[in-house]
Amino acid sequence: MAKYLLLKHYRGAPAAVNDVPMDRWTPAEISAHVQYMNDFAARLEETGEFVGSQALAPEGTFVRYDGEGRPPVTDGPFAETKDLVAGWMIIDVDSYERALELAGELSAAPGAGGKPIHEWLEVRPFLTAPPTITQ
Amino acid sequence: MNGPLRVDEVLLRSLTPSVLGILVRRGADFAAAEDAMQDALVEAVRVWPTAPPRDPKGWLVTVAWRRFLDATRADTARRRREDLFDDEPAPGPAPAVDDTLQLYFLCSHPSLTPSSAVALTLRAVGGLTTRQIAHAYLVPEATMAQRISRAKRTVASVRFDQPGDVATVLRVLYLVFNEGYSGDVDLAAEAIRLTRQLTAVIDHPEVAGLLALMLLHHARRAARTTPDGSLVPLAEQDRRRWDTESIAEGVEILQAALARDRLGEFQAQAAIAALHADAPTAGETDWVQIVEWYDELARLTDSPVVRLNRAVAVGQADGPRAGLAALATLDDSLPRHTAVAAYLHERDGDQATAAQLYAEAAHKAPNLAERDHLTRQAARLNARRHH
Repeated sequence: MAKYLLLKHYRGAPAAVNDVPMDRWTPAEISAHVQYMNDFAARLEETGEFVGSQALAPEGTFVRYDGEGRPPVTDGPFAETKDLVAGWMIIDVDSYERALELAGELSAAPGAGGKPIHEWLEVRPFLTAPPTITQ
Repeated sequence: MNGPLRVDEVLLRSLTPSVLGILVRRGADFAAAEDAMQDALVEAVRVWPTAPPRDPKGWLVTVAWRRFLDATRADTARRRREDLFDDEPAPGPAPAVDDTLQLYFLCSHPSLTPSSAVALTLRAVGGLTTRQIAHAYLVPEATMAQRISRAKRTVASVRFDQPGDVATVLRVLYLVFNEGYSGDVDLAAEAIRLTRQLTAVIDHPEVAGLLALMLLHHARRAARTTPDGSLVPLAEQDRRRWDTESIAEGVEILQAALARDRLGEFQAQAAIAALHADAPTAGETDWVQIVEWYDELARLTDSPVVRLNRAVAVGQADGPRAGLAALATLDDSLPRHTAVAAYLHERDGDQATAAQLYAEAAHKAPNLAERDHLTRQAARLNARRHH
């Protein structure tokens, strides 16, 4: 019973094995990819392990406080930022091994040529609630 | 939810296991009976405030059985029209083992994963709704619904009258108590209720041991965190805020269990908690006896976590050097190993090492409250060293 974030990067992860930009895939390959992702989420809901998922737009803005009575300062997007998150899925599973197994399956989503992308996903555990008994 | 016409939800839920047991003994399969039971609970919450039944349990049996028949008839009609369902409930064989106990066994059956067993136990034994369980564990209701129906399918072929293993039940109840989030449902209180209910249907010193352990830890709840959620370590807790009634009950249950001379891990853990509860101040804690109980516990479980906690106790009983020596024999990849090392180094007077280890332990902490606590420890030592 632990939650994990499966993090997909636009940038910042090592290169995938089948590393072809999506706009070079055929429309049918894109459809197959989307279908795979939907099926994967549906399957996780069925196993009682799905918590949520979200895709993010590639462009973001940095914002910070600029002092009392002043509007926040915005900056960016920064083209040089190394890490760019594309989206995530949150799962609730019984073990770390199960989290790895599912990330592996998600990474097998089909891409160019209908072959698995073998994309690198980052698996990050959630910090939990503190246990009552620690002594 | 706060209106004057409110059903005593805990009383209602406490009837769940026996009513469900009756349905199953009348011949309903477990999954369908459980659904019917949930429907009856919802109906009771709706109807009872204005029309309280004279016999709540009988009312639930009647309503749940009717729901079960309706659902089964609909199913049967779809599948095989020639199969007539007998409207009159069969008496069913007299139970060899208590129905409630059987339900605990079924819901923590070894074929279930821990999270499924927890969810099924809270629903079928605890009478909580899927929504409440989903909220408690911070997952969507649809996901929890699937987890529960999958769990039901997993145990569908398990015979209801088969005796189970108490140890698996206790592990599930321990998980409910120890690893819940803080949502609308008070999972710790629910775990105590379910364990107390279990002590009523089975006479077993480890069940009593677990109940005592829960009560003794629950007693410290108010003192364990500050209003902002920060952890307060045992030694710094305001002991006047400990719940003396809960401690007294836990100690009494534990003593009765220990007197039966069938020691198990939960009794040993409860004995340690009782020794802490017994000390008027942290300085008066009987650490020598606590080390002895950890030795017992290590013999019973052979758990590295126990040996880690033992090293802390040794550090208190025989000094930080002895604690560090005990720690040196353990794998340093164990969770909280670094935090224990930091604490023992600080007590040994090596503040620089302690500060560094606290920061490292914070980085590895599995939960936010512990991480913040360890970061504060590092900050406290660093501030002291640099002034």
